[in-house]
Amino acid sequence: MQSNQEHWLVRASTIRRLSIISIILLALTVAPDFFLSGYGHFGIDGTFGFYAWYGFITCAVMVLIAKLLGLFLKRKDDYYHRD
Amino acid sequence: MIIITVINLIPPGLILVLGALLIPCTRGYLRSLLILGLPILILFLIWQVPDGTSLTIPFLEYSLQPIHGSAVGRLFATVFAIMLFAGNLFAMAQARTTELTAASVYAGSAICITLAGDLLTLFVFWEIMAVASTAVLWSAGTDESYRASIRYLMIHLLGGVILMIGIAGHVNDTGSIVFTAMQTDSLAHWLILAGFLINAAAPPLSAWLADAYPEASPSGSVFLSAFTTKTAVFVLLQGFPGAEILIYIGLFMVFYGIIYALMENDMRRILAYSIVNQVGFMVTGIGIGTAMALNGAAAHAFTHIIYKALLLMSAGSVFYMTGRRKCTDLGGLFRTMPITTACGIIGAMAISAFPLTSGFISKSMIAQAAIDEHLATIWMLLAAASAGVFLHAGIKFPWFVFFQKDSGLRPADPPLNMRLAMILFAILCIGLGVFPEPLYAILPFDVDYVPYTTHHVVSQLQLLLFAGLAFFVLLPQMKRTLTISLDFDWFYRRAFLTVFQNIFSVIWKADHALRQAFLVRLELFLSYLSQRNKGISNLLSHTYPAGSMAMWVAVILATYLFLSFITH
Repeated sequence: MQSNQEHWLVRASTIRRLSIISIILLALTVAPDFFLSGYGHFGIDGTFGFYAWYGFITCAVMVLIAKLLGLFLKRKDDYYHRD
Repeated sequence: MIIITVINLIPPGLILVLGALLIPCTRGYLRSLLILGLPILILFLIWQVPDGTSLTIPFLEYSLQPIHGSAVGRLFATVFAIMLFAGNLFAMAQARTTELTAASVYAGSAICITLAGDLLTLFVFWEIMAVASTAVLWSAGTDESYRASIRYLMIHLLGGVILMIGIAGHVNDTGSIVFTAMQTDSLAHWLILAGFLINAAAPPLSAWLADAYPEASPSGSVFLSAFTTKTAVFVLLQGFPGAEILIYIGLFMVFYGIIYALMENDMRRILAYSIVNQVGFMVTGIGIGTAMALNGAAAHAFTHIIYKALLLMSAGSVFYMTGRRKCTDLGGLFRTMPITTACGIIGAMAISAFPLTSGFISKSMIAQAAIDEHLATIWMLLAAASAGVFLHAGIKFPWFVFFQKDSGLRPADPPLNMRLAMILFAILCIGLGVFPEPLYAILPFDVDYVPYTTHHVVSQLQLLLFAGLAFFVLLPQMKRTLTISLDFDWFYRRAFLTVFQNIFSVIWKADHALRQAFLVRLELFLSYLSQRNKGISNLLSHTYPAGSMAMWVAVILATYLFLSFITH
């Protein structure tokens, strides 16, 4: 029998706490841009929070591209084994 | 000293290849000593090789240079030897003898390539490497691995033939077999480049990598991840630095790896696609071609071998303990596999280039080179790709394997040797990230780069953490499905087969119909003829009158009589 007690890492209270810590961390990484802003090589990368919004948007785009391509390219995983 | 002088007459890699042949003859402690001691001995010997050519062997009208020391070669040979040591440690208790032997031959021939001063030596070990790596795949012992190894071998033999034609053309054009930097200025050089790129898993033939590597044994895929593609990076670095086309090929590979890894469900195939992604960064760096970029490409190959092996060891441990590879079957393993989870996360952070890990101090040099050369678009794409690495390998792999849902599986951490190998490489991933100087000191060019600036650390953290945010926000979009994704291998696994089958079935039908029609016509024609000539006694008659028969018998008898007279 497994113990009824869930692992502390998957308890709802821990997950809530982790989410709050993550949001604080995200804010903290953008905070230095108040002082460092304008430090860029190509112009666009000097904008406020460039790496934050650029990282987020490009990742979202990549996930969507993967989703779209998946519509055409995905096959059942026994595709090559069916005789 | 005398021993070293004598040993210096044999390339270190060749000693490894020959030493590997002793592995099947040993067992127990002696074998452990051999497979762990050999890589250390080879590492020592690699560092005894002086710069320049120290051995020439006349061959036909050329001179082979099997020992040619260079900074780049030494760097790659060093990491190959370290990799073989950790790989052997990981594999020693459970891998088959064939796999251990083949892996050492594989690593030995890769090391021979890094010390090859001429194209013929390079080619010979290039082919040995193809065969040895196929044997590593084979040793998994499953039907699927056998079939995958044949497909793998076909592609690599094709690459070998293309390379051979290129080398023959180059020798014909220049009269020299020396392996030096080339330009993409002749057909021969393009063919050499193509031969190299096939081993780097460049498009269009990238699919061989994700097709083959995940079918190997848990330790086999660790060996495979290191040598073939990184030897290709080495020869590209030596042969085609600054070839502009490599920038675009590299960028394609970077995004190909990310997108396919995002679609993938098999954890080892996710990591295989991510090899193509990482090699793409290196190829892009080689294409940029400045000292900073080439240093970056070389350093990234060094760190990549270590963290990718670590990731595959972690995935291999999960596969070894559970027998499962699909993200849909896995999840929640952190409860009972703490060491595997921790090492997997360290590997994932290193591949994502988190500050204080090895990826941070190597990959950023390639991006810096793009900045120095004012290549804005390329830099933007590289930055997006860095975020994408965290997305597809940095979070996706550990999340779906170790966390995600509770799969109900409760496997323990793997045996001691596998744990030790993972811990060793986890330490190296962090060690190189915290103290990059020893690695920077052995790079091919003087390093004028400081990775740890406030701006760089802050910007990298922003990029990665917000990529992580995107992952969790878009998690519903990434629900795992029981699927594979079609790739170029579809052409030679499905399309050609179907097309040929269809073509031949049409040909066979047409052939059958033609023959039938011809036979019917022939039959009709013959019966028509025999009807026309019925009973009139000529050659085309079907029936003959009795008088005609009697006459012919009389003729035969008369001839017989005549012959008996003249022979008497």
